[in-house]
Amino acid sequence: MTSLTIPPDRLLQMYRDMTRIRKFEEKVYYLFLQGQIVGTIHQYQGQEAVAVGVCSALRREDCITSTHRPHGHCIAKGVSIHSMMAELFARATGCCKAKGGSMHMGDVSVGAMPAIAIVAGGVTIAAGMGLAFKFQKSDRVVACFFGDGAVNEGAFHEGVNLAAIWKLPVVFVCENNLYAASTPMQLTTPIAIAERAAAYGIPGVVVDGNDVMVVYEATRAAVERARSGGGPTLLECQTYRTVGHSRGDASTYRPKEEVEAWKQKDPIERLRRHSIANGVGAGLAPALAAVDREVEKEIEAAVVYAQESPPPRPEDALLHVYGEEAAA
Amino acid sequence: MKRLSIAEALREAMREEMLRDERVFLIGEDIGIPGGFGGAFTVTLGLSDEFGHERVLDTPISEKAIVGAAVGAAMMGMRPIADVQYSDFLFCAADEIVNQAAKMTYMSGGTVKVPMVLRAPVGATNRGAQHAQSPEGFFMHVPGWKVAVPATAYDAKGLLKTAVRDDSPVLIFEHKRLYGKGGRKEAGGLDLTSDIPDDEYLIPFGQAVVRRAGTDLTIVATLLMMHRSLAAADLLAQEGISVEVIDPRTLVPFDDDTVLASVAKNGRLLIVEEDNLTGGWGAEVAARVADAGFDLLDAPIKRVASYDVPMPFAPVLENFVVPSVERIVEAARALVRGKA
Repeated sequence: MTSLTIPPDRLLQMYRDMTRIRKFEEKVYYLFLQGQIVGTIHQYQGQEAVAVGVCSALRREDCITSTHRPHGHCIAKGVSIHSMMAELFARATGCCKAKGGSMHMGDVSVGAMPAIAIVAGGVTIAAGMGLAFKFQKSDRVVACFFGDGAVNEGAFHEGVNLAAIWKLPVVFVCENNLYAASTPMQLTTPIAIAERAAAYGIPGVVVDGNDVMVVYEATRAAVERARSGGGPTLLECQTYRTVGHSRGDASTYRPKEEVEAWKQKDPIERLRRHSIANGVGAGLAPALAAVDREVEKEIEAAVVYAQESPPPRPEDALLHVYGEEAAA
Repeated sequence: MKRLSIAEALREAMREEMLRDERVFLIGEDIGIPGGFGGAFTVTLGLSDEFGHERVLDTPISEKAIVGAAVGAAMMGMRPIADVQYSDFLFCAADEIVNQAAKMTYMSGGTVKVPMVLRAPVGATNRGAQHAQSPEGFFMHVPGWKVAVPATAYDAKGLLKTAVRDDSPVLIFEHKRLYGKGGRKEAGGLDLTSDIPDDEYLIPFGQAVVRRAGTDLTIVATLLMMHRSLAAADLLAQEGISVEVIDPRTLVPFDDDTVLASVAKNGRLLIVEEDNLTGGWGAEVAARVADAGFDLLDAPIKRVASYDVPMPFAPVLENFVVPSVERIVEAARALVRGKA
C-alpha cells in the first residue's frame, strides 16, 4: 500500500466495487447451494483488487474481454448487478437474455464483451478489438483478462505476438492465482509469467494483485502506453482465489495454511485498513460501513428482480444465431 | 462487360468493397508483401499497392491470430476479410471459428455481431493429405456460420460482395482448380471465365441455380464437382440421358426448394461432392430430400464423393479417390437405368 495519489472518492468507489463483487459472489454461492441457480459457477472471491484496479483505470468506452470466471470483471466494468443476477437465474431480463449464463456474461453497452470461457480464447480477440480501434483512429483500449493457466495456450502466444508487432492498444492482464483449476503453476510454467513479455518485446510488469491501488497505478501506466500508440503490456497480477475453482471444488489440493495466509491478505480488508490508517477522508470508517449496507441492499434488490423476472420463451432458443437477428 | 477468372473476380469484389466501405480490410498470410504472391493463389495481388499495408495486413503464420483478430475487429464494427492459405489450416483456428465467431452473437443474446468473411481454398491438387481437403461439411454443421461455395467467376464476385455486407460470419470456400487465369496455375485446373457486368451486382445467399436443365435425373454439386457434373451431363446426353445440374452456391443457407422442385420433376437425385463420403454436406442434403421429398423419389438417393481416406499424393491415387467425370457418369447411368 504505497500510493497516496489516488483521490479519496476514487478509493471509496474501489472499495464499493470490490465489496459489490464480494457480496455478489457470496450471495450467488448461497443461492447456488439452495438450488436457485443452475449449471456451474466460477467465483472471484479473493481476486477483487485485480478486476477493480484494472477497470478503474479504464474509461467507459474502453473494453474488456473476460473468462469463465467473469462476475468480478463484469461488475468492475459496470455491468448492472440486476441484469447479472437475472442472467444467473436464467431470466429473460438477464444481461445475455439467458443465452449466456455465468460463463458468458457481458454487456457491450459498458464495454464488457460476452465473456469467453475457452481458456486464452480472448487473447486473439482482444488483439482484433485493438486493431479495430487503431483502424478507427480511436484512443480506446482493451483490457484482456486471463488466468495463469492461459499462458501455455497457443492462442496466448499468437494473440500477444500480433498485438506486439502491430502495437495494438491492449493491456494483457494475467490474474495469476497460482492454480489452473487444481494444477499448481510450478508444474506447468518454467518462468515467471511477466518474463514472457520479453519474448514479444513488450513490457512485463509484476504487481501485488491483492493491492487495488498498485493494480490501478500499474494499469494506468499500461493504459497510457496503449492509448498513446506504444503498444501492449503484459501485467501479471499475483493473487489468489480464496474459494474453489468451480462450484463443487473443496480445494483439497491446496494446503490449508496457504489458503489462510492469503486470506490474511484479503484485498478488501487491506484497502479498509489502509484507508482508515491513512485517514483518507475524515471519518471514513462510517462511510465504509454505509457502503457495506448499501451494497447488501443492492444485492438483495437484484435477487428480488431476478426472481420476479420472467423466463425466456422456450422458442427464443431459436433466435440470435445470425447477425441479422442481432440488435444494431 | 468483361471476362474475368474466379481469382480476378474475387479480387475485383474485394477492391470494390474496400472502395465502398472503409471498414473493410484484408488480413492473412503473404497477401500484401511487395514482390510477394498476393496470397497463396494470387487473389489479393495488387491490392496492397492500391490500398496500402494499413488495409492489407500481412500476418505472421498464425491462423488463430488471423481468425481471432478478425472476430475481435468485427465485433468492434469493422468488416474484415480474413484469408487462410488452405482450408486445411482452418483447423488450426478451430476454436476461433467454432467456439468464438459462431457463438458470440448467440451467447450475447443478440447484442454483438461478427460481420467477418473467411476465405479458404479447397480441393485436391497433388499436394498430399494436408493441403487437399474439402471441409465445407464440417463448417456447415456449425450454427452461426454461413457457407458459400462459388463455382463460377460471376458467382464468386457476387457472393463475396454479399458476404462482406452480411452481419454474420461467412466462410467462402474457393476451389484451387477453378481460380483460372490470373491465378496460380494448377495442374488439371479449368480455365474458367465469366462475363462480369460493368454495373455492381450482389448474389443473395440461399438461391441455387439450375446450371443445366434435364428431365431424367437431378445432380446437386458444388465447385469442381459441379463442373465435372456438367461434363458428365454432356456425355450422358449422348446416351439419351437428360441430366439437370443444380449448383446450390451457398450451403448455409441451403436452397431446399430448388432441389426439391427438381426432384419432384425427375424423381432421381445424385449428389456429387469432393469431400469424403461420410458426413459430408451431401449427407445432409440427402437427409433433407429424403425427409421432405420421400414421395417424390423413384429411386434411392445416391452420392458420389471421395473415398473415406486421407487424400493421397500420387496423381494416379488422387484421381482414383476424387470423383471423376467417369464415376459421375457411371453413377448417373446406374441410377437412371434403374428407372427404365
